[in-house]
Amino acid sequence: MDKTWNNKAWFMVLPVLLLVAFSALIPLMTVVNYSVQDTFGNNEFFWAGTAWYEEVLESDRFWDSMGRNLLFSAIILAIQVPLGIFIALNMPRKGWGVPVCLVLMALPLLIPWNVVGTIWQVFGRIDIGLLGYTLAALGFDYNYVSDPFDAWITVIVMDVWHWTSLVVLLCYAGLVSIPDAYYQAAKIDGASRWAIFRYIQLPKMNRVLLIAVLLRFMDSFMIYTEPFVVTGGGPGNTTTFLSIDLVKLAIGEFNLGEAAAMSIIYFLIVLLLSWVFYTVMTSYDAER
Amino acid sequence: MARIDLNHIRHAYMPHPKSDADYALKEVHHTFEDGGAYALLGPSGCGKTTLLNIISGLLHASHGELLFDGKDVTRLSTQERNIAQVFQFPVIYDTMTVYDNLAFPLRNRGVAEADVDRKVRETLEMIGLADWAKRRARGLTADQKQKISLGRGLVRSDVNAILFDEPLTVIDPHMKWVLRSQLKQLHRRFGYTMVYVTHDQTEALTFAERVVVMYDGEIVQIGTPAELFERPKHTFVGYFIGSPGMNVMPVEIDGRNARLGGQVIALPGAPKAGAEGSIELGIRPEYVRLGIEGMPVSISKVEDIGRHKVVRASLEGREIAAILGEDESIPADPKITFDPVGINIYANSWRVETGG
Repeated sequence: MDKTWNNKAWFMVLPVLLLVAFSALIPLMTVVNYSVQDTFGNNEFFWAGTAWYEEVLESDRFWDSMGRNLLFSAIILAIQVPLGIFIALNMPRKGWGVPVCLVLMALPLLIPWNVVGTIWQVFGRIDIGLLGYTLAALGFDYNYVSDPFDAWITVIVMDVWHWTSLVVLLCYAGLVSIPDAYYQAAKIDGASRWAIFRYIQLPKMNRVLLIAVLLRFMDSFMIYTEPFVVTGGGPGNTTTFLSIDLVKLAIGEFNLGEAAAMSIIYFLIVLLLSWVFYTVMTSYDAER
Repeated sequence: MARIDLNHIRHAYMPHPKSDADYALKEVHHTFEDGGAYALLGPSGCGKTTLLNIISGLLHASHGELLFDGKDVTRLSTQERNIAQVFQFPVIYDTMTVYDNLAFPLRNRGVAEADVDRKVRETLEMIGLADWAKRRARGLTADQKQKISLGRGLVRSDVNAILFDEPLTVIDPHMKWVLRSQLKQLHRRFGYTMVYVTHDQTEALTFAERVVVMYDGEIVQIGTPAELFERPKHTFVGYFIGSPGMNVMPVEIDGRNARLGGQVIALPGAPKAGAEGSIELGIRPEYVRLGIEGMPVSISKVEDIGRHKVVRASLEGREIAAILGEDESIPADPKITFDPVGINIYANSWRVETGG
């Protein structure tokens, strides 16, 4: 039997295609364009081939930023995921406490990135900031402007404050979807608190945890605004993460070709790592 | 296995109950004999699951005592009571294998691994899942999952009772029969005390030796399926059991006769003293005879349900149902009579004895 092809259907996807093209594909192609050419202004371009890519991959500066960023993401995940699960487990399931907790949890998520940065920038100052002043008064030698360790602590605590709620809310949604009968059966089977967590709650949170880990990894790997506002990447380069470095390169030094090549590499790394996370967690899921 | 005594159990979900209406369980005083198979039958919200959860210890009753073999367990936790319970929706630990699911309650109780293995293998044989031992529990069908839930109870040799909370709700109809007969078999072979909550009368009547009918937080009748059918103690039982339920109509009593509007119905005997208040006559559709003699009725509807027909008619302005054999026909001028064997008299909804 002959199949009739109706190509009009393609027109239906055209609006989306155009939208995606303008919002993502065309800007991305511009970046690709920059990354393989050299320009000295005047709208003159010279073919550069893979030169920029080689330069990025051979520079210590790129790998240093990369190392810092990977360490930062690892610390963030190591703190926020267990902490988020812990808080979600201890949140009330019914009564007036539920809306109170949910609102409190949602608040940090509603604050714009640069405001969060400003809050902590002021909060941590040793001359006028509540946190910095208190710590100094208590005799701690805390100064995020001059001490790299203190700067890291500040940025990490800020991110934990800002984003743990996301993990909490996702886990909480997973937890409340568990029917009561599971807990009742566990009681009858004499399960310990740990066994309930390990065999009932954790498996049921599996899917939301995957989403939480993916989101938190991508966000923390692309973090820019908050550390930029608080530390500006300093002291020295100690809190210069990949995107801060990228902006320095592109706008600070106007090194467009190298910045474009770095963007592409950066993009591919995020894509690759997200894929790895996703594959590992879903295959683990399927295996069980 | 144990005998379970419910000693004046009352339960309210609110902290300070004032009137009877605040109680989900008004008062239950009853004994489940050791090794008996009981069904708790009643409509949704009548308190049967509450009662079950009180026995298993998931709930602690507001008043009254609970005894297992004469030993007071009212204050004991679920774990200490050693009860098995199967829930409406199958509960399985889906990251574990079938084997580990069954081993879970034993391992939690610190049983030695050699004993765990022996008990789990025995139980897998009993529930017919021996070939599935190494499989992940999550991929199984609903009835297999429900068997695992049951198996987790059976695996403990010392369980006092096995409680079922509408366990066949999510099971396909043809599997319901299979599972139910397997349950009965287990009961006969091992003599477990079983309490089975359901709102499905067929399930209750086929499973249990004795059916406990609950209504509005109270036990209204305990009896064999035949007793519930022939002599419902409360009009609710008559209405709830049977399909269609019992016909109930207000009458006036005059010695050995009952008067319904202009009709006089002969009773099997005069109601004994105490027949005061609002008097009703109850008769099951199975005992209503349709023919050419008796009280005139007008027929409104005939439902042919295969084995027999249900005739809906109007007698003295009241709805009445009668059952007619498949090959019987409806006369042109239909009249009905009541078979005296099937007549019950109720005063304020409770059955009164009739004497010779």
